[in-house]
Amino acid sequence: MIYEHSRTGRRATAQTNPEMDKLSDIPDALLRKRPAGLPEVSEMQAVRHYTRLSQKNFSIDTHFYPLGSCTMKYNPRACNSLASLPGFLSRHPLAPDTHSQGFMACMYDLQEILKHVTGMHDVSLSPAAGAQGEFAGVAMIRAYHDARGDTARSEILVPDAAHGTNPASAVMCGYKAREIPTGRDGDIDLDALKQALGPQTAGIMLTNPSTVGVFERRIKEIAGLVHEAGGLLYYDGANLNAILGKVRPGDMGFDVIHMNLHKTFSTPHGGGGPGAGPVGVSQRLAPYLPVPMVDYDGTDYIWLTEKERPESIGRLSAFAGNAGVLLRAYVYARLLGREGMHRVAEFSSLNANYLLKRLMEVGFDAAYPERRASHEFILTLKKQAKELGVNTMDFAKRMLDYGVHAPTTYFPLLVPECLLVEPTETEAKEDLDSFVEIMQTIKQEAETQPDLVKQAPHTMPVRRLDDVRAARELDLAWKSDS
Amino acid sequence: MPFIPHTEDDIQEMLAVIGVDSIDTLFDEIPDELRCDELKAIPAGMPEMEVSRLMQARAREDGQPLCFLGAGAYDHHIPAAVWQLTTRGEFYTAYTPYQAEASQGTLQLLYEYQSMMTALTGMDVSNASLYDGASALAEAVLMAVRANRKSKSGRILMPRTLHPLYRRVTHSIVRNQGIELVEVGYDGKTGQVDTSVLEQYAGEDFAALVIPQPNFFGVLENVDELTEWAHANGMLAIAVVNPLAMSILKPAGEWGEDGADICCGEGQPMGAPLASGGPYFGFLCCREKLVRQMPGRIIGKTVDLDGKPGYALTLQAREQHIRRSKATSNICTNQGLMVTAATIHMAIMGGEGLQHMAAACHGNTERLSQALCSLPQVESVFEGPVFHERVLKLPLSAKDALKALAAHNVQGGFDLSDDYPELDSAILVCATELRGEEDIEQYRSKLERVIAAQVQTPCQLKPDW
Amino acid sequence: MSDTPKELRYAKSHEWLRDEGDGTATIGISEHAQELLGDLVFVDLPEVGTKVEAGGDCAVVESVKAASDVYSPVTGEVIEVNESLDDAPETINEDAFGNGWMFKVKLDDATELDSLLDADAYDALVAEEDH
Repeated sequence: MIYEHSRTGRRATAQTNPEMDKLSDIPDALLRKRPAGLPEVSEMQAVRHYTRLSQKNFSIDTHFYPLGSCTMKYNPRACNSLASLPGFLSRHPLAPDTHSQGFMACMYDLQEILKHVTGMHDVSLSPAAGAQGEFAGVAMIRAYHDARGDTARSEILVPDAAHGTNPASAVMCGYKAREIPTGRDGDIDLDALKQALGPQTAGIMLTNPSTVGVFERRIKEIAGLVHEAGGLLYYDGANLNAILGKVRPGDMGFDVIHMNLHKTFSTPHGGGGPGAGPVGVSQRLAPYLPVPMVDYDGTDYIWLTEKERPESIGRLSAFAGNAGVLLRAYVYARLLGREGMHRVAEFSSLNANYLLKRLMEVGFDAAYPERRASHEFILTLKKQAKELGVNTMDFAKRMLDYGVHAPTTYFPLLVPECLLVEPTETEAKEDLDSFVEIMQTIKQEAETQPDLVKQAPHTMPVRRLDDVRAARELDLAWKSDS
Repeated sequence: MPFIPHTEDDIQEMLAVIGVDSIDTLFDEIPDELRCDELKAIPAGMPEMEVSRLMQARAREDGQPLCFLGAGAYDHHIPAAVWQLTTRGEFYTAYTPYQAEASQGTLQLLYEYQSMMTALTGMDVSNASLYDGASALAEAVLMAVRANRKSKSGRILMPRTLHPLYRRVTHSIVRNQGIELVEVGYDGKTGQVDTSVLEQYAGEDFAALVIPQPNFFGVLENVDELTEWAHANGMLAIAVVNPLAMSILKPAGEWGEDGADICCGEGQPMGAPLASGGPYFGFLCCREKLVRQMPGRIIGKTVDLDGKPGYALTLQAREQHIRRSKATSNICTNQGLMVTAATIHMAIMGGEGLQHMAAACHGNTERLSQALCSLPQVESVFEGPVFHERVLKLPLSAKDALKALAAHNVQGGFDLSDDYPELDSAILVCATELRGEEDIEQYRSKLERVIAAQVQTPCQLKPDW
Repeated sequence: MSDTPKELRYAKSHEWLRDEGDGTATIGISEHAQELLGDLVFVDLPEVGTKVEAGGDCAVVESVKAASDVYSPVTGEVIEVNESLDDAPETINEDAFGNGWMFKVKLDDATELDSLLDADAYDALVAEEDH
């Protein structure tokens, strides 16, 4: 804890003027009585402390990180250094256009690239993350219906396997979320969908390939049904990596999409963000896109704001979203180019299908064994949990001991004891082979010494944590007496 | 093939294991008519060297003007250590700490962040960040509507002294839930919330009053009085504060008798570069009794099987991945990396270091204001005390003045004429600790020339810059 | 052999109800429900005076990894809540049918009780769900 290094009167003296400016013109009642209780440490103490903390993390740079649905692929370092050039870092968000043409050119180019790779009519880069993109998308669906006076539509349909953000976003836009079951083959239950559709349907939110790791084959039919009912289709771009440059959401019939640039366009996940969640729309939704956007008038790049786009759903952040993330994604897109984008889908699918096949060979059960994997797949450890009393969480924790970040566990909710595995295209064959060996070893351990697995991890900075205590006896901030 | 490690042999072996003869077969479940062409409209790939050349040229285009713009984003000194540590791969390329045992670095850091934010704001608890200051206010508003069970109206009082972009963002985010934002005017003399306007709403049903400190004009509000008024009228008090200002100003948790109920704001001044507006981070703190209404990740300290201290995500039943349509918010990914920078920044600066920085901003802005007001017909508009921004009235249109200054490579401030037409030709200026005497003198002399040029062409109504 | 108390009535959504015989009823969640949820960390109770409807959600029970709505089996007004659960939600885990009661309702219509399940029917329902 950084506070443990704190000593009264210690300072990182290189960082400020020794003399403090006067505050005498500010009334005393508005001033703070004593400095805030922040740590008082030297610069070196801080550097050492945070370096050591970093070493307690698994990360892509240090470990295989097949966290399903999160696309933990290599984050090229060039993206970081080029987005951090002084001209970009020092640009004030409200700088005049004359001091912004370089930055705006990048944003405009990125809008165009994303438009083409998704087959949408227009793109706004402003949402700060996937969930904000979802919010923007559903808000646009609502704006579209409202603008036509079609205000009785009250429901957004979401598959039962959807990310929790989908129903939560629908509710933030004032809609009810209604669940549609998934069929045994992993595709949407079409009969249930037909029953759910009606004059109350505002739209449907789908991920394709879906959260169960397979491509929804009847997507054209679904699009037809939803459109016939007067609803719109929302594409959750969480799994865009699987089809980048192969199939475009626009061609599947989607009206509005969001992309997770921190997944598909390899911007860093940063220990939980920042992400970026640009939205793309078909022509009829274009007027409602969130602002600001960038346009090009043949000579200059210009901002499009509420003024130029009065029907916009508005602004979702004070400035232009996570601009630095967008710059990183732009660098990535230029490094890859169109051929590179095809390769993303091809090799993420190759890796996933190879890994799935190998794991099945050594005795693991696929949740959808008859289906082709997309860029990720689901294993179910139901058998192991039942026969050996070793569950998915135990497997996941034991993987940490072997130096692999666990795949996503217990999501999607409809597959019992599941592991959602996404190897991504940047992993080499030998890393996948070594993961298979690790899984095989853990399986043997589960058979012969189950406690070893149930007690795992054994080699991390801490053993399993008491989540119940964390929630019952809340300790959310350090206090000097604790 | 950038970033793909497969050799031709690898590919063949892998296809054989899968039992297909080409990579293309892996896409055989996708109907043929959906497959797209080569996407010729997307440029071909370029090696790093060439992309680097392109980006360098574009970054140079934007130059590095002398910046006196604030208005919600501030040009501060950031210790070199902050971003060198933050971009360590172990922080930079990790994700949300779902596997706590393999993420103690991020988790402990976030717990330290929560501790520092509560110390700075005087609140009980903090979450682990939201997207930015404006969207954090929107979340605070939603939270207040949920938490204030006595209020049924879904109405919120929003002073016009609050950042206009924050008001717009909040409107975009909350309007579909039937929440109404009611504006409260300001006192033309002081630049503070007009309490006589506020009084007209006394006794009415509002879920909360939003209190900015400092406000958008840079002016300090009478926060004790406003907080008391909100509480006396059954409203929650939502503080919107600049975290750097909190280092010298009375923390939100101590406003009035009981303190603000929710405190949010823009974290950018804590270690995030200007960078065109993001990524920054929004912070959100509150009283302990409201913690279950909070959106976003929260980290708790607990113990492991051996009783050793450790950190974990907690109160997750509030969040979308568990509570789905009944979650407190849809937020999932937040701004973790920016919080990493902020935590290291606050640790290095310390409470006193931040005070020196804040006081230097205050001092420089006062010096800037004096220098500019020494010019003919330039005057400070409001009498209220300020933190590090001031509204100045110019003898020519704000747009023209700022455009002319920009041509001299000076970003002279924010044009208030669109959002506050009644202020006429006023701009909002800011001088952080980085804008010293010389910079201020440059600004003064350039503005002097701009004004003189305008005076010399009196017959021209709109000077053509 | 089931430990499901015979004197209580049950809702399909896993709440139990005890008819106090004076026009009021006490309500909680079943042993089976608490088992499914695991260690409870928080209980959000309705406010006294709240009108509840049969089948309407009126409380929430939270464990570390799940949160579940509690539905009132009957229509009426909440007249008392078990405030001790605020500090000790684990009481529900320890004694779901006794000290883990959640709230009491003044019934609008006592005949609503007839539509609830008895212990045997509830056990059969649980057995079926396990399949």
